[in-house]
Amino acid sequence: MKKDFKKFRSHFIENYSGSIYILPWIIGFTFFTLIPLLCLFYFAFTKYDLLSAPQFIGFDNFKDIFTSDPKFFTALKVTFKYVATAVPLKLFVALMVAILLNQKHKFIGLYRTAFYLPSIIGGSIAVAIMWSRIFSRDGAINSIIYLVFGFKPDISWIADPKTALASLVLLSVWQFGSPMLIFLAGIKNIPESYYEAAAIDGANSFQRFFKITLPLLSPIIFFNLIMQIISGFMTFTQGLVITNGGPLDKTLFYQLYVYRKGFEQFNMGYSAALSCIMLVIVAIFTAMVFKSSSAWVYYDGKGE
Amino acid sequence: MKRKRKTSSIIFHIACILFCLTSLYPLLWMISSSLKESQKVFVDAISLIPSSVHLDNYTRGWKGFAGNGFMLFFKNSFFVTISSTIGVLMSCSTIAYGFARVKFKYKNFWFATVILTMMLPSQLVMIPQYVMFHKLNWINTYIPLILPKFFGGSFFIFLIMQFIKTIPFDLDEAAKIDGCSSFRIFYNIILPLIKPALITAAIFEFYWSWDDFLGPLIYLGRPKMYTVSVALRLFSDPGSQTDWGAMFAMGVLSLIPAITVFFIFQKYIVDGISTSGLKG
Repeated sequence: MKKDFKKFRSHFIENYSGSIYILPWIIGFTFFTLIPLLCLFYFAFTKYDLLSAPQFIGFDNFKDIFTSDPKFFTALKVTFKYVATAVPLKLFVALMVAILLNQKHKFIGLYRTAFYLPSIIGGSIAVAIMWSRIFSRDGAINSIIYLVFGFKPDISWIADPKTALASLVLLSVWQFGSPMLIFLAGIKNIPESYYEAAAIDGANSFQRFFKITLPLLSPIIFFNLIMQIISGFMTFTQGLVITNGGPLDKTLFYQLYVYRKGFEQFNMGYSAALSCIMLVIVAIFTAMVFKSSSAWVYYDGKGE
Repeated sequence: MKRKRKTSSIIFHIACILFCLTSLYPLLWMISSSLKESQKVFVDAISLIPSSVHLDNYTRGWKGFAGNGFMLFFKNSFFVTISSTIGVLMSCSTIAYGFARVKFKYKNFWFATVILTMMLPSQLVMIPQYVMFHKLNWINTYIPLILPKFFGGSFFIFLIMQFIKTIPFDLDEAAKIDGCSSFRIFYNIILPLIKPALITAAIFEFYWSWDDFLGPLIYLGRPKMYTVSVALRLFSDPGSQTDWGAMFAMGVLSLIPAITVFFIFQKYIVDGISTSGLKG
């Protein structure tokens, strides 16, 4: 008996003692991710106002969401529109500026710092409030338009249903700095010899960009695309602080709707059901981008 | 040839300066607005140079609202941010070392959970997490904001792991032969070598918790406990007449910690983003 225990003990120590280093992760993952995730699925099938016990109601939340909640579709549409414009625009600007900065000129370091600065502060409330003022009726944007074009548009960009979302897209594009740095690092990793060989073969700069830079950069673009899409779906602060979902729900981001249902109307079950749907969407998008990657992501050395 | 080069260089600099203007203009605008007379902020909205400098926006703003000055909000923010940063550094370095260097069973499974968590935005479990902290009676405390940081964050674990992997294994082997335990290898050999990765992790955790808005918004109900970001938002309450001069003054102050850290540790930030794809 004692021998068995000893054997078990040494076996246990050999196989598991190393896990002590990741014990915080095991505990943290269980309590802050796994259990909440399981609870999320459970709450989605209940009516729950936080005060009384959750009441199981089957698929009623989902039925309500899909059949009698126009705001759900509005929020979904707003979020998709935002992601579909802000993410490609931001990555495009980031790539162009990275290529621009990948030259030998004076002051490159200074420019890089200036371009990156908005990314550092972009998520803060101060910047969100500032944005709401710059794009207001008497804000700086209208003054700039007056200065350049000679007429003063009589609209508030963030209060007009036609332009509200676009001004939030601009805020996102303004923070192109961090993908730019990642692209810049990727471009610098491309061996100079490739370009030299191409130059000898008579390739012009467009051909060099499309045949060398873009294919070799594609894994990095791909990684950024996934990360930006996911964080785009989670947009919340800008929608709450700058436009508060308005005007006419034109900036009612999905996460803002989840927040309102949960923390303003205390409909935790409904809110959980909404989160479940977003979870599925995020999962589908991640899988889709991963799957399509083999078609256009070029990994060096794999195949011809 | 030389001439062509010169013109292209001029075009390059003009393009860069235009980009610099768009990048920096909003920031400069906010700083100048914080120095203008409150009523004048929108009269000459475009100008970056205030006609006369009014520092009283800062003194008015510093008083805060409902009897709580910004001194208190800054103190709260620093408390949350510094505690979170310490938590992340302690937990993530240990966990990353475990994954990168120590052998144990089911390592691959646990590593898969790290990657999975990286892809799963934490906002999605905001509702059940809130319910959990509510049941534990931790609402209106800083525990929900700080405690999870002591149990590791997937991004930082990944970042530090990648860094540990660049350290030659021979070093561990040599130490092992000399009779070092795995913990001493971690503490005396690995930890000093991964300083750059730790600094990068610390900077980004500092930014993220300083800017965090949703967390403090749902977990902190009492004005006394507000962090700067929540306080700023209430300061510009749409219901009342907003004192824009004071508002922008406090906004500028709230950006100073992040910008200071940025200029001191710029090299680490650029390296960190470039090597790991961390988003700013």
